[in-house]
Amino acid sequence: MAITLNHYLVLSAALFTIGLYGALAKRNAVTILMCLELMFNAANIAFVALTRAVAPQVLTGQVFALFVITVAAAEVAVGLAIVLAVYRQRRTIDATEIDLLKW
Amino acid sequence: MNTNEPAVTIAFYVFSALTLGGAAGVVFGRNMFHAALFLVASFFGLAGIYVLLQADFLAVVQVLIYAGAISILVVFAIMLTRQVERGNEWNQLRGPGLLLGVLLLLGLLFVLTGTQWYTGMGPYPADTVSTLARQIFGPWVLPFEVASVLLLAALVGAIIIAREE
Amino acid sequence: MTVLDYLYDLSNLVQAFANWLSTFAPGWVVYWVVGLIAVATTLLFAVNNTLAMNYIERKVIAHFQVRYGPNRAGPYGLLQPVADAVKILLKEPIIPAVADRPVFLLAPIAAFVPAIMPWAVIPFTPQMMVADLNVGVLYVFAMGSLATIPIFMAGWSSRNKFALLGAMRAVAQMVSYEVPLVLSIVGVVISAGTLSLRGIVEAQAVPYVIPQFLGFLVFFVAGLGELNRSPLDILEAESEIVAGYHTEYSGFMFILYYIAEYTHLWAYSAFITTFFLAGWRGPLLPPYVWFVLKMLFVAFLLIWLRATMPRLRIDQLLSLAWKFLLPVALVNVFVTAVGVFIFG
Repeated sequence: MAITLNHYLVLSAALFTIGLYGALAKRNAVTILMCLELMFNAANIAFVALTRAVAPQVLTGQVFALFVITVAAAEVAVGLAIVLAVYRQRRTIDATEIDLLKW
Repeated sequence: MNTNEPAVTIAFYVFSALTLGGAAGVVFGRNMFHAALFLVASFFGLAGIYVLLQADFLAVVQVLIYAGAISILVVFAIMLTRQVERGNEWNQLRGPGLLLGVLLLLGLLFVLTGTQWYTGMGPYPADTVSTLARQIFGPWVLPFEVASVLLLAALVGAIIIAREE
Repeated sequence: MTVLDYLYDLSNLVQAFANWLSTFAPGWVVYWVVGLIAVATTLLFAVNNTLAMNYIERKVIAHFQVRYGPNRAGPYGLLQPVADAVKILLKEPIIPAVADRPVFLLAPIAAFVPAIMPWAVIPFTPQMMVADLNVGVLYVFAMGSLATIPIFMAGWSSRNKFALLGAMRAVAQMVSYEVPLVLSIVGVVISAGTLSLRGIVEAQAVPYVIPQFLGFLVFFVAGLGELNRSPLDILEAESEIVAGYHTEYSGFMFILYYIAEYTHLWAYSAFITTFFLAGWRGPLLPPYVWFVLKMLFVAFLLIWLRATMPRLRIDQLLSLAWKFLLPVALVNVFVTAVGVFIFG
């Protein structure tokens, strides 16, 4: 059976769902960041697969994927720095206990 | 994706299994260090998927940045926050989140399989690197510059936030 | 073709074999057999160099220190590495009781695989290479960046303070040195106008060590840091932290680390040869002989450094990377870009 565009898109959807579930249902802030990375990557698969099928000559999707990777790198650096700062203040990185701004 | 070679099919399923299995390991594992290693496995599977999609530049960048750099950052954060052994706990959204996830997946599958994608606009370029370079430094040069400023800001910001007083 | 033609470029030999094979075998068989020959010879070359390097290093260091070095096993002690390998392989691999077993067992393999993968793109001659990727340079660095995670896996899963200290040092060092390493090669890539390793060698009418001297300097030093070679080998500083991340490893698992380390070293020599010393180019001798000779020269430089330089402290090491190598690499990129813009 040949692999078509739909196969890649289904893979992307499954990966995105797993990432979303983890980001929603986990306590550890580092896990939540990892799951965000998974969701970024799911979007990248969709970008690359669609550019391969729809606009192969200009590779717009690959350009987008490169920007996504750049932004993800910046996001994870700042996110983990925030996690470390929170851990230093509160001695925990349980996202359900970090609720200073909630009432 | 236009070839019928069985090797491509096998490779696709192997890499998909690696990607999804790694992702599942991140979410369902209990040990944080193992979760980070599963994340690396998942990134590897994705690099393989990019190779199958003939995006060789992206595949290598994926390994270089995700598997080589971002995973190291994650591992460091796990070490420094000292919640490794049973640190990967669920919160109260475990059940509702699963329901939401399944519903989202079904919705996405319904949309994806029901759409007639417009395909077949000319051949794929033989040299993706130079095509990509012409795109980035041509029409996308402004976003490229903004991305570099973003990286600089993130670099400075991360240092200032994480620095001990 | 005469015998000399076959010996001038060994890929002609493989080509002749493939032609003979295709007279009676279907195309996919020829494809797989030729591919396997290429992979197997490259692998054997890479791994057997560990034995050679073991001998060369001990002998050369011994002469630097006015000793004889190994001279008992076989003529001139040539069988010493074999004897050592047999000795280590016969030892029992011990797994610590508190170790994180799956990670502990996986780490040596995860260290070994990225060490041999860069050999796929090394051009021994214009034809003698497994694959000519058009993103070859990036592929090399991607595989190099994979060396970090297995070291951390080993250090963490051993549950040993020396192993963990070594792993922490390793990660800090390798992440720091990767930045100048990648930047230092940008000048070469700009000058050659390609990311393919074969293309880079073909572009070197003059070896890039002359026009790209700054890049060469940074690549050489940062490569030492990335390889964890003396004088930048704080992560295995045996006087401080026993053996660093592989303190708890023994038997064949230790051998895997050992091979990985020396394969990295040879690959690094091969990349300096390719990027800066014009690869296979040279008069008279066959191209692959030139390539191996240049590799040996670079390896000799590394041993020379190890024999003469004292080890750096970790803070000196990190400030060397961030305050010296990185600015120099950036200057090199800028100067090269301006030069290519004006004269190219």
